[in-house]
Amino acid sequence: MSRKTLRPARVRRNYAPIFAALGDETRLGLVAKLSEGRPRSIAKLTEGTHLTRQAVTKHLRVLEGARIVSRVKAGRESLFELDPTPIRELREYVELVSQQWDHALSRLKAFVEE
Amino acid sequence: MTAATASPSSTSSTNSIEKRIELKAPVSRVWRALTDYREFGQWFQAKLEGPFVAGRVTKAQITHPGYEHVKLDMTVKEMQPERLFSYTWHPYAVDPNVDYSKETPTLVEFRLEKIATGTLLIVTESGFENIPAQRRAEALRSNDSGWAGQLKNIEKHVTQNA
Repeated sequence: MSRKTLRPARVRRNYAPIFAALGDETRLGLVAKLSEGRPRSIAKLTEGTHLTRQAVTKHLRVLEGARIVSRVKAGRESLFELDPTPIRELREYVELVSQQWDHALSRLKAFVEE
Repeated sequence: MTAATASPSSTSSTNSIEKRIELKAPVSRVWRALTDYREFGQWFQAKLEGPFVAGRVTKAQITHPGYEHVKLDMTVKEMQPERLFSYTWHPYAVDPNVDYSKETPTLVEFRLEKIATGTLLIVTESGFENIPAQRRAEALRSNDSGWAGQLKNIEKHVTQNA
């Protein structure tokens, strides 16, 4: 086995579910609401949207599955709160891909300007 | 030359990347570097098997040290002379036993604009969300090690030459 084992744990996460979870405008909207930092109920998250409670619940479940959102109990009510870690890591990942382009483009720059 | 023009500016969302870089070379020169397959190979660090033709596939093999096993199929979409060059590819198709051709690739677009100092080049890569979930997981994992390794190389280079 010669698989590289030096991958830092930080960039080792499986990003696929995060990409999938965020690839939807409704869910991005929910994430935006939750990113204000306060845990919110389904009722609160449904307010001001054209969505049904059921639809919001379904979307929250997808976000929960990707560990972007977690459920906290407040009395009899379930509240949802944002876990910023997966999104931050995803950004860091895209940043790594992006850096690869930076390297290629600086080689292009040197190449055409010489 | 300032650092600001040497390094591209960029914006990225979770599913796409955009880069802008000013090149002190005429649009025609940049166009040639992008669309002549031999020139592309030189700066991209890949060996390309044939010219870019709209609608056709150009096969490429990475020559960047440590990545020589990586092969790329680049399918040319548009070639609007000195304005737009675009192709699709399957990023990080690192497993020789997998047939990537049925999957939705990402789209790379190079847009060229004439500016006073030469050429403004805008590069976008989009569609990371279209890669099938399972493959994406594999791709991103293998990609992780690739980029992490690259970063290590850079870090080494920078610290040794500081």
